[in-house]
Amino acid sequence: MANTKNNLVEARGLTFQFGSRTVFDGIDLDLQRGKVTAIMGPSGTGKTTLLRLIGGQIRPTAGTIHVDGQNVPALSRRALFELRKRMGMLFQSGALLTDLTVFDNVAFPLREHSGLPETMVRDLVLMKLEAVGLRGAQRLMPGELSGGMARRVALARAIALDPMMIMYDEPFTGQDPISMGVLVKLIRDLNEVLGLTSIIVSHDVAETSAIADYIYVLSQGKVVGQGTPDELHHSESEWVRQFMKGTPDGPVPFHYPAGDYTEELLSREEFR
Amino acid sequence: MLFQQLGSCTLAFFQRLGRANIFLWAVLCGVPGLIFRLRLLIHQVFSVGVLSLVIIVVAGLFVGMVLGLQGYYTLVDFGAEDSLGVMVALSLVRELGPVVAALLFAGRAGSALTAEIGLMKATEQLAGMEMMAVDPIKRIIAPRFFAGVLSMPLLAAIFSALGVMGGYLAGVGLLGVDEGAFWSQMRSSVDFNEDIMNGVIKSIVFGVVVTWIAVFEGYDAVPTSEGVSRATTRTVVYASLAVLGLDFILTTLMFGEV
Repeated sequence: MANTKNNLVEARGLTFQFGSRTVFDGIDLDLQRGKVTAIMGPSGTGKTTLLRLIGGQIRPTAGTIHVDGQNVPALSRRALFELRKRMGMLFQSGALLTDLTVFDNVAFPLREHSGLPETMVRDLVLMKLEAVGLRGAQRLMPGELSGGMARRVALARAIALDPMMIMYDEPFTGQDPISMGVLVKLIRDLNEVLGLTSIIVSHDVAETSAIADYIYVLSQGKVVGQGTPDELHHSESEWVRQFMKGTPDGPVPFHYPAGDYTEELLSREEFR
Repeated sequence: MLFQQLGSCTLAFFQRLGRANIFLWAVLCGVPGLIFRLRLLIHQVFSVGVLSLVIIVVAGLFVGMVLGLQGYYTLVDFGAEDSLGVMVALSLVRELGPVVAALLFAGRAGSALTAEIGLMKATEQLAGMEMMAVDPIKRIIAPRFFAGVLSMPLLAAIFSALGVMGGYLAGVGLLGVDEGAFWSQMRSSVDFNEDIMNGVIKSIVFGVVVTWIAVFEGYDAVPTSEGVSRATTRTVVYASLAVLGLDFILTTLMFGEV
């Protein structure tokens, strides 16, 4: 990871505190252009927060995040909005606008930003919908879509403005095996065909390992492991191996920290 | 302990008030841009204003009818039942029209606004919009806010007009007050600037306050189902209290002869 020009996203000493809780404690990340990079870690490690930091929705307590050479936390609102036009983000719920049809949802960013004539917007929308295989669903309302379809529509919307990167927030969570397969294929294919840079936040080890070029494993505010999926599976860290294999007990204990079991059972203390 | 809690409650209150004011400023900055997005505004005037019509029309008619009945029974003791028109019209135009219409508006449109915006927040639609470089305050909040401010005086006027009709139905139609006296006394006693315009000013103020509370509560809601339901309740409670309190202040300023 020497060539800095090759990195689309660079975080240095990134620290974020939420109340008294330290979500990130000085982490460094390099996300290479044109690659699929995954951020993995147990639930509650702030993976989604990381995407929000990269997207500039929240500001870090300390440290820098450069996206395409611009330091996101220091950008003015206007510059940030300009940068966001080149970023796509796929929310976990899809975040489709519920009062618009599938077609209008995909057309939304084009109508807001491109100023293109309506006929051209129509062609572009149909192309994006075709790419995710949902051209036939263009007249449906978001409420009529299944979870997987909603995510594909959101994906079509995310690529509507031909962004340089897409951030996927837990794209595989709660999907049936077929939708999961479709999404895995779409993410990989779009990355190749459109020359995107993809960031996937996920804890689905198998799917993510299948498409990621590079993986960062986060835990308790630190980067605990990084490397290609292969390297991580054979990592020297016992913790990382436990995570990648999904064994129930190991360095991450099965039990939430608690006092002595016998003592608590026998104690006469009132339950409060 | 008590003082600590009192302090933190006061601080939280003022923090929220500050956020609400910053928010209002951002919304107001988004309002001029609506000139280019008239369709958004018209859509919202429909869902905020037109859809509130039924309750306003029905309530106006019945409030007017009750006023006619009660006013008649009191006035007839003094042989002053010819002044019924004046009484009905003045109480509606000055007080009941703006206030009751605003209370109904808070319950019908305000709660709907809060719930809609709160749910958009809970389902990440607002965050998604922000990530698409679209400012949700300009795209979602400003049209709704302005539609509410625009609709409120119109709804209050419709309420008052129907109330007068209700008073007429009850007084003239049911109890036999002289029709000519009912209208002519009303015409000579209700002043355009003094009474009607002051009522309109009141309803504009109420429109701003109720819609402001509604959109702010929605935007500031905790993005869970419980948070949205709490925010909706708060909208109705705060908006109603604000309307009643402001009405007293405005009445004192407008009609108080100090």
